[in-house]
Amino acid sequence: MTETAKTRVRSGESELRVTRSRRNVAWSGVGAIVVVVVLFLFPYYIGAGTTDIMVQALIVLTLASMWNLLAGYAGLVSVGQQAFFGLGAYFVLIPAMHGVTPWAALPIAAIGAGICALPLWWLVSRLRTGYFAIATWVLASAIMLVVEQFQSIGGGTGEALPGLSGMDPAVLAAYTYWAALIVAVLAIGAVYFLLRSRVGLVLTAIRDDERAARSSGARVGLARMLVFVVAAAGCGAAGGVLAIQQLEVAPGTSGGVFSVQWTAEMAFAVIIGGIGTIEGPIVGTAVFIILQQTLESYNAWYLIILGLVAIVIAIFFRRGLWGTLDDKVNLRLLPTGYYLWPAGETRRRFRRSKADVAQG
Amino acid sequence: MAWVNAVIQGILTGGLYALFACGLSLLFGVMKVVNLAHGDLATVAGYVGVGIVAAIHLPFLWSVPVVVLAMAVLGYVLQRSVIQAALSRGELTTLIVTFGLSIVIENGLLQFFTSDSRGLAVGDSFTTASFSIGSQITIAWLDVYIFVLAVAVLLALQYFLTGSKYGRLIRAVADDREAAQLSGADYRHVFGIAAAIAFGTVALAGMSYGLTTTIDPTTGTDTILLFAFAAVVIGGLGSLWGTLIGGIVLGVAQQIGAQINIGYEQLGGYVIFLLVLVVWPQGLTGRRAQS
Repeated sequence: MTETAKTRVRSGESELRVTRSRRNVAWSGVGAIVVVVVLFLFPYYIGAGTTDIMVQALIVLTLASMWNLLAGYAGLVSVGQQAFFGLGAYFVLIPAMHGVTPWAALPIAAIGAGICALPLWWLVSRLRTGYFAIATWVLASAIMLVVEQFQSIGGGTGEALPGLSGMDPAVLAAYTYWAALIVAVLAIGAVYFLLRSRVGLVLTAIRDDERAARSSGARVGLARMLVFVVAAAGCGAAGGVLAIQQLEVAPGTSGGVFSVQWTAEMAFAVIIGGIGTIEGPIVGTAVFIILQQTLESYNAWYLIILGLVAIVIAIFFRRGLWGTLDDKVNLRLLPTGYYLWPAGETRRRFRRSKADVAQG
Repeated sequence: MAWVNAVIQGILTGGLYALFACGLSLLFGVMKVVNLAHGDLATVAGYVGVGIVAAIHLPFLWSVPVVVLAMAVLGYVLQRSVIQAALSRGELTTLIVTFGLSIVIENGLLQFFTSDSRGLAVGDSFTTASFSIGSQITIAWLDVYIFVLAVAVLLALQYFLTGSKYGRLIRAVADDREAAQLSGADYRHVFGIAAAIAFGTVALAGMSYGLTTTIDPTTGTDTILLFAFAAVVIGGLGSLWGTLIGGIVLGVAQQIGAQINIGYEQLGGYVIFLLVLVVWPQGLTGRRAQS
């Protein structure tokens, strides 16, 4: 997993080493696999009520990972991701109404939402930052209005999801959980490997200096478009999972699949957990679910508290919980960047050299 | 005749949309803040207006200056505290903070006032009076008043920004913050004043909207913010009169959409918005504003 590039610096005759991380992170890959296996076995040991909450968490985790890719790595602050989330839900509903089993429709949801993102990208790509944000919001609103025009898929009131009515509730809950888990793992995996690829390098270059990246031949527009499409596909898959969990698809901006609340949840989870790290959305989702479950009986309060926490963290701890931890102890379990080793420094001597720096 | 009526109604509604948009436009023009909480703040002004009329039985027209002043003070305070703190940390933080404010305000309203729609209960002929041209065109006086108010606000802003000493200071800070600071201007205070003015227009927009129809907690984002933004994009960024044109184009497009099919009202507006975005990305008046 760790790439090492050795370059001889001609002037100083010393060796420069470039690795993925300052620490050896091979064990965290093994740890991730163990965690996924344990999560996979959950339905055998815990009740349907708990898996239901876990499905909610996995949906938010998928969404947050996608929003992190958009805002944290490509600088695209989208407030309209509910468009793709809602489209994903409908891309599960429509095949299901024609006899396709909803499980098989999940890939359709991801691919469909990704394809829908292409023309929308063409529309919004000419706008920057704040205007990009509201434009995505307007598009989400327009898409909802269009979807509501079709009475055959429930119009403005929504439609029940057919095709799962015969299943035993416990089995259905377990299957839904596994589907949500697979979607979340694939989403995080996709983000991780996308960022370690050439696209990740281009994105880092854009983040540091867009003009310089452009003039060095980096295909800035293409990289951003790829990120937008991947994020749409991920949100679409998450929307499909929601359709299966709720067994119905309802449009509408308050409580429906096109509610801006979904974008609020994913954005706040990312900001709280730590934007621009793979681990951040995971931490943020945990905070989100704990808050939501604690304040469950107080209606809208969890979103109010979540919003306030996100504002405070955005202002005072810009890198979020995980980013702040990373600053303190240099901890990246799933590194996507590179670390340039100064001459002579090795992993074993890391602690001592840090102490030297502190003394000097 | 029905089409003529649609166009006239659309033009009058366009005034309201321009009123929605000018606060958004001003904040972006001066401090490059895209205020995602814009619509929700207008809704708050509407609710405060409802509350004042209900609580102390102040005549409606007297409650307007009270609410505008209160919102202006809120604007100054918010700008000097939260928004300035976010602004100094970058664009992403500013967006997150205003988005956070939007969600907090919307859900706060939902929590305290439930999701029921409310109207500003003026309860006299002020909101219902109308006059007729011919047999098919009926124009509500209220829509005319709001259109006149919108034009008056835009004229006042135009005069203030170009003619007055303080307006020139605001434009100087907007153009080159460092240079203005070197000349002795405290840009934070200037930003605060600009935010106060913007919030004042937001209060007028929210109360006007509350007079024409009912408001509920989601009105702020579903209607006011998105329509304001559409008007700004159609009219061209950074031009006050472009905002009025944008508002009118949006209003007419919506009314024509509604004329085709009552369900197409909002879609009609968004179709024009997307068309402008594709064909004239600079907006209808953008080129003139640039040169």
